[in-house]
Amino acid sequence: MLAKRIIPCLDIKDGRTVKGVNFVGLRDAGDPVSLAKKYAILGADELVLLDISATLEGRKTMLDMVLKVAEQVNIPFTVGGGISSIEDVDALLKSGADKVSINSSAIKRPELINELANKFGNQCITVAIDAKQIDGNWIVHVAGGSIPTELDLFSWAKEAEERGAGEILFTSMNNDGTKNGFANEALSRLSTELNIPIIASGGAGNMSHFVDAFHVGKADAALAASVFHFGEIEIKDLKKELKNNNIEVRL
Amino acid sequence: MKIVIIDYGAGNIKSIQFAFKRLGLEALLSKDPEEIKAADKIIFPGVGEASSAMKMLRKSKLDILIPTLTQPVLGICLGMQLLCKTTEEGNAEGLGIFDVHVKRFNACVKVPQMGWNTVSNLKSDLFKNINDKSYMYLVHSYYAENCNEAIATTDYEVVYASALQKNNFYGVQFHPEKSSDAGEQLLKNFIAL
Repeated sequence: MLAKRIIPCLDIKDGRTVKGVNFVGLRDAGDPVSLAKKYAILGADELVLLDISATLEGRKTMLDMVLKVAEQVNIPFTVGGGISSIEDVDALLKSGADKVSINSSAIKRPELINELANKFGNQCITVAIDAKQIDGNWIVHVAGGSIPTELDLFSWAKEAEERGAGEILFTSMNNDGTKNGFANEALSRLSTELNIPIIASGGAGNMSHFVDAFHVGKADAALAASVFHFGEIEIKDLKKELKNNNIEVRL
Repeated sequence: MKIVIIDYGAGNIKSIQFAFKRLGLEALLSKDPEEIKAADKIIFPGVGEASSAMKMLRKSKLDILIPTLTQPVLGICLGMQLLCKTTEEGNAEGLGIFDVHVKRFNACVKVPQMGWNTVSNLKSDLFKNINDKSYMYLVHSYYAENCNEAIATTDYEVVYASALQKNNFYGVQFHPEKSSDAGEQLLKNFIAL
């Protein structure tokens, strides 16, 4: 049976791993290459490297880092942040990334999803969506969650699938950084309405939150950052707990 | 030991080179027929779409060269599928090494299958020292039907051939270069063939 995936996410700014609370207030969490290697050894199923550098220099640093991660890590990884063209994706895949994740650039120009899926195959195109529940509606946000759009989470996710996205990485801004659990109701609806894998993101605080994301949220994978970076949850323990709850995991 | 990765413009080749580097081996990227023929071991990679990949192979006449190779050849992911008879992806003809058809997963499961799934019914030295039900990393929308040439099977709503062998030709649907320790063991086994 296909296992549920546990994905540590490394937010990288100018070559260092950082983690914000509710998208702001960044804390340093170490060297991304050694962290990536550590997670692979500890049993992570996949990694997401998210470049949150705002500068061109930061971006160039990222490409070198992707190459180093590919050299040292024997599990798949996705790279996201600031990707807006075929050339960007080509450079990342050639440096050894397995998948790329696009967010704001896809909202700005949805055809980008079609172009990338046609050129590289939909299996390597993840569409990341940051959404916030406002008055009962899930509103998609851009620019690191700072700007609301007119888009509804569910219709945008469906459109992304139809355009060729290989999976959806859904971050609930209401939950992100709170450690109160994932947005399971929205996750479950996404997972039912779409026929591509859904990655749950935002809100992991303890192991039972992951159990809920899979059982209640019907997610295919769950992503978290700080609980792993700061040693609050060990991946091996988490997987044992999931297995005890009859969730298929790679142990 | 001379390892050559066939270069026909397909996919993420860096990861395969790095996987061999982690084993202390160098894998050369080449489209030169003489260099490919002279190799001890050959990797036939592939990420992308089947019919356009076949076009690229025909353009470089590698479609004629590959079936004539006599040393161990390992097709990975789409590389494995292209060694099959036909594929529903773009209704393409494959190289016909394996007598099996490649079909699309039914819509009752999420497509692509993405992540770690187990391999069972392991046969062949390619799986030496790899336990039954080991997890391997897969990303694919099309699968080879279970058949006599299957040396591993995987269950994703349907039980399909996740590895194939015929004579010196091997194919794996999963990515050994991304499948942690079990994947590394498989690459070691391939080198030892």
